[in-house]
Amino acid sequence: MPVTTPDANALSRSLSRRRLLQGTAGAASLAAVGLPGQSAEAAKTLTVGFIYVGPKDDYGYNQAHAEAAAMVKKMPGVKVVEEERVPETDAVSKSMESMIQLDGATLLFPTSFGYFDPYMLKTATKYKDIQFRHCGGLWTDKDPMNTGSYFGYIGMCQYLNGIAAAHATKSKKIGFVAAKPIPQVLVNVNSFTLGARSVDPTITTSVIFTGEWSMPVKEAEATNSLIGQGIDVITCHVDGPKVIMETAERRGIYTCGYHADQSKLAPKGYLTGAEWNWITVYKQFINDAQAGKPIPNFTRGGLAEGFVKMSAYGPALSAAGRKNVDAVKAEIMKGGYSVFKGPLKDNKGTIVIPAGKALPETAIELESCNYLVEGVVGSIA
Amino acid sequence: MSSTTTVKTAPAARPVRSVDRWYPLRRSAEAVLAPLVALVTAAALFSIFLLFLGASPVDFIDLVWRGAFGSWFSIQNTVQRASPLLLTALCVAIPAQLGLVIIGGEAAVVLGGLAATVAALPLVNTSPIIVWAAMAVAGSAMGAAWITLSGWLRARLNVNEVIASLVLSYIGLALFNHFVEGLLRDPASLNKPSTYGIGDQNMLGNVPWLDLHPGLPVGVLACVLCWVLIYRTSFGFAARVTGGNMRAAQLQGLPVTKLILVACAIGGGCAGLAGAIEVAAEYGRANASLDAGYGYTGILIAFLARFNPLTIIPMAILLGGLGAADGLLQRRMDLPDATIQVLQGLIFVLILASDTLYGRVRWFQPRGDA
Repeated sequence: MPVTTPDANALSRSLSRRRLLQGTAGAASLAAVGLPGQSAEAAKTLTVGFIYVGPKDDYGYNQAHAEAAAMVKKMPGVKVVEEERVPETDAVSKSMESMIQLDGATLLFPTSFGYFDPYMLKTATKYKDIQFRHCGGLWTDKDPMNTGSYFGYIGMCQYLNGIAAAHATKSKKIGFVAAKPIPQVLVNVNSFTLGARSVDPTITTSVIFTGEWSMPVKEAEATNSLIGQGIDVITCHVDGPKVIMETAERRGIYTCGYHADQSKLAPKGYLTGAEWNWITVYKQFINDAQAGKPIPNFTRGGLAEGFVKMSAYGPALSAAGRKNVDAVKAEIMKGGYSVFKGPLKDNKGTIVIPAGKALPETAIELESCNYLVEGVVGSIA
Repeated sequence: MSSTTTVKTAPAARPVRSVDRWYPLRRSAEAVLAPLVALVTAAALFSIFLLFLGASPVDFIDLVWRGAFGSWFSIQNTVQRASPLLLTALCVAIPAQLGLVIIGGEAAVVLGGLAATVAALPLVNTSPIIVWAAMAVAGSAMGAAWITLSGWLRARLNVNEVIASLVLSYIGLALFNHFVEGLLRDPASLNKPSTYGIGDQNMLGNVPWLDLHPGLPVGVLACVLCWVLIYRTSFGFAARVTGGNMRAAQLQGLPVTKLILVACAIGGGCAGLAGAIEVAAEYGRANASLDAGYGYTGILIAFLARFNPLTIIPMAILLGGLGAADGLLQRRMDLPDATIQVLQGLIFVLILASDTLYGRVRWFQPRGDA
């Protein structure tokens, strides 16, 4: 649901001014001033900057963005500049400024959650003619109008992962390696569990929190420990699922991916996976920028909008499993599907969603989710 | 004694000293030239590495120059990155005077930042000066206490300080996460757990006319003060004697335990102050951003500077510059981030190896008969 800026004129004005500053050719300046319709053709190349918190080839969060950036590179009239492993410190402000000052970038995608406040907001106040869009859904109308957020409802894909897992598990125990007990992660753990229990209510999910977004040693330990507890399907929410998938494959259990396609890492056990599909967002934003239209400040979407997608099914997923996942996915695509439906208890027995209430993916309540649903073995604190 | 002196030799000391007048300067020159030779060698070896990758060393050097020092923006980028490193390098360099290798600065930074935030929270509605003072005191005190713990374990229980400080730094980070994600967490910080903020009015602004926060002048000042402390006071002398031979120092009656504790407290205080400044100037609250590896990079810089507090300044700027150029290299040459790490590794190894050059070249040695 894109929320466009009220003052579209101001934005296109700032776009023109930016082009004027940039333009060396008189023709480009002329087109930008007088003929907004043609400015996209006449204007110079649009330079777009991507910043990642980890390596571009992490088989995870950063790779999902980098793969989309690689597709953006092929778009006409676009130049892409990228930086990986930029920490969530002042370093990211400097990277953004460097892209603006030294590369002439005018549209920036700082993709890590922690880049938003204060780094991106501060930099955006300093460079009012540059557009900043942040991955994470933090933007409110109090923030600068040249900034914005985009995010996807990937919990639905974890729900589908859960359904696939339910068809593969024999021990009726499935596992989840999670980074931090924050709302986004908890929604994923809960969705995965609810998906599995929609098929077989006796299934339980064992969860281990590693406490860090990227800590491969702990992730491998957690995977081994979960397998030791008897789980036979695993998924995760950490920045780079690589070691989890590899460890699980080596131990001969099934896997459901997260962030990006990990089927290469676990060719035998990979059932399916919850993936981002950022190219949808990037293409829309870049098309807007090239057409001189304002870029939305706040965009969110799920499976139906093409913001997220499922990996292709692996050989280990049975025909019945595929049919079940396909059927639920078709329901979700129709819109308004709720995974979180009352009466819903947390794993301590407290009712967290009363009977008669259902929370679709867009529900604001899910953004402050602070519980693990019934069927999850583990605790937040 | 000089042959020209007469029997009454009292003034003879003067000519000897005057002959040797330039020795401190030459000693400094040696301290600058040896790492320079190492840097040039590292650059040469790295160029070969680049040629194997199919990249041009000339482009590389040009981009490092432009990204790190080539424009006013780049210079500010470089020194801004260097500023927390000045203080964290001191955390290693000061205890190193006594022969201690303290590598747990990272925990002192994050806990210092956390303590500074906690100290600031009840004072947010007073005046910024009071808040900053409280933050500086609390941050340094926390950092000092944390590193002194490693020193105490060494001095009293003879626990190896390398292991103690490393293991304690994991404990420190765990404590930090525990407090930030639990007791001290602002419930509104949903997906990035953080403490409550110190308030915009209490944020340290930039140094006038510059896009730099006061961490840089504070860091430079700390380096200068530490240099004075180490090379111009009896404390520093006693510390260096102890570093030369701890048993001998004990036999001489030097208060070795006290020296260890004080040196660790000063070093830890610097790292804690770095955390406090990061909170006051950058984040406004304590969260995982504080755990950015400044403590670890500080170790590298302290070794590169051979623990000389003044040499820390150019070394921190060197590494800050590589950090600043890193992005440009990734963007323009399509090199992975790891390339800069290879260069850093080469520089580190070669500068350590260049230690063997000291004392080999006669020209740098003291002259005269003394």
